[in-house]
Amino acid sequence: MITPRYHREIPQRYRLEAGKCTGCGKVHFPPRRVCKECFGREFETVTMPTMGKVLTYTVIDIPPAEFDNLKPYVVAIVELENGVRLTCMVAEAPPDKVEIGTKVEMIYRRLQTGREWEVLQYGYKARVI
Amino acid sequence: MYGIVGYGSYVPRFRIKAEDIANQWGTDPEAYKRGLLLEEKTVPGPDEDTITISVAAARFALARAGIDAKEIGACYIGSESHPYAVKPSGTVLIDAIGAGPECHVADFEFACKAGSEAMYVAYSHVKSGEMKYAMGIGADTSQGAAGDALEYTASAGGAAFIMGSDNVAAEIVHTYSYTSDTPDFWRREGEFYPRHAGRFTGEPAYFHHVMNATNGILERSSMKAEDFRFAVFHMPNGKFPLRAGKMAGFKQEQLEQGWIVNLMGNTYSGSSPTGLAACLDVAKPGDQILVTSFGSGAGSDSFIIRCTKHISEIQDKAPKVRDQLATGRIYLDYGKYVAYRGKIRTNLL
Repeated sequence: MITPRYHREIPQRYRLEAGKCTGCGKVHFPPRRVCKECFGREFETVTMPTMGKVLTYTVIDIPPAEFDNLKPYVVAIVELENGVRLTCMVAEAPPDKVEIGTKVEMIYRRLQTGREWEVLQYGYKARVI
Repeated sequence: MYGIVGYGSYVPRFRIKAEDIANQWGTDPEAYKRGLLLEEKTVPGPDEDTITISVAAARFALARAGIDAKEIGACYIGSESHPYAVKPSGTVLIDAIGAGPECHVADFEFACKAGSEAMYVAYSHVKSGEMKYAMGIGADTSQGAAGDALEYTASAGGAAFIMGSDNVAAEIVHTYSYTSDTPDFWRREGEFYPRHAGRFTGEPAYFHHVMNATNGILERSSMKAEDFRFAVFHMPNGKFPLRAGKMAGFKQEQLEQGWIVNLMGNTYSGSSPTGLAACLDVAKPGDQILVTSFGSGAGSDSFIIRCTKHISEIQDKAPKVRDQLATGRIYLDYGKYVAYRGKIRTNLL
C-alpha cells in the first residue's frame, strides 16, 4: 500500500484500535467516519481483543509476487472475542492446520517488505494457538 | 530499590536442525553438534524481524509489569539486525505498544551486547530519577554466511525488560562494564554478512572480556559464585558459556537454566537477555542471578540481580522461554531456510 495510507492506518494495524459509536455503541473495525447503524459521527477509541476464531478461510497457492515466499498461505476472516470480524493472513500455519473454528491469536508481523527503497509495512496477522 | 518490574521473551516457531545444515555442506553433523554443543536453532519467519520480535517481547513485558505503556519514558532496542539502516526500530515499537509519542527512543548497536547496553541505559534512567519506567530490549535475526561456522548458530529471538522502582520483581544490585578495541568480529557498511578474525575469537575477545567483567563485578560487590542460584553468560555456542562459568567458579547446576543455546542457537543481542528471562521464569524470591553479556569489538556488561517477592506474582502472566522452545516448533529444510533468510536471489520481489 502507498506510504501515506500505511501511516494513516497505524492505529488499527498496529494496535487493533476500533471506533465505538457514542450514539448506539456499534463497534467499527476498521474505524469509520460515519456509523453505519445510526449515522452518528462521534466515536471513542476502543482496543480489540487479541483472541478469536477462524470464521472462514481460503488457501492462496498462487499469490502476488511479493508474497511468493509465503505460499501456500491462508487468508481468513477471523471473529474476535467481542464479535468483531476482520480479514487477515494466518502466519506460519500450513493450510492443513487451519479449519473453520480454529482458535487464533492476533500477532504483530511485517505485512509488506517491498523493494529496498520502500518503507517496511507492519500490522496484524492471526496465528493458530 | 531499582530494577526489573516486567520482562518478556519471544522465541520464533521455526527451527532448523544442525544436521540439516551439515548435510547440505557435506560436513560431519556429529562433529558440529559435539563441537558447538548445539542441536538446532530458531529461524525467523519470512514476516519476522528485529522489530516484530521486539514488539512481541515488549507486549509480554507489559503484561507482566501491569503498567500503562504511556508511563514508559524511554524505549531502547539493541540489535545488530535493525531492519532499516536509517529509521530507528524503536519508532515502530513505541507505536505498536502504545508508548509514544512522549518517549525517548534510540537504537543501540554493539554486536551481541547491544541488548545489555539497552538494559543498562534504561536502568540508569530510572535510577537517576529521570523517568518512572524505561524499557531495554535485546533482539536479533542474526546473520551468518552460508557454509560458515556461524550458520550453525546464528538464530533469532529476544527479550524485553521494563525497569522501574515500584513493585520491583528483580532488583539490579550492581553493574559493571569492561570494553576494549579488539578486532574479533565486524561487518562494514554495505556488507551482507559479518566477518571474524579467527585468532581473536576465543581468548582475546570472548574470554578476556567476559572474565574481566565477571571477576570485576564479583570483586566490587564482594560476592562469590556460590552466592548465586543462576549465572548466564553470552552464548555464541554451547561450549563458551559453560567454560566461562566454570572458570568463574560456577557449577553446572547454576548454569543450566539460562543455557538455552543448545535449542535456540545464538540470538546475538538477544542471547544473554533471553537466558536471563529463562532464569527469571523459575526464580524464587531471594534468588540472585549473575549475567554477563559479550559483544564483539569488544566488551561485556555484567549485572547482579536479586529477585524479590514480586517475581512469583508475574512469572505466569506471559509465556516462558523454555515453554516457547519446547512447543509449536516448525522444522524447515535447508532450501526453505535459505529462502526465509534471504540467502538466495530469485526473480521475484
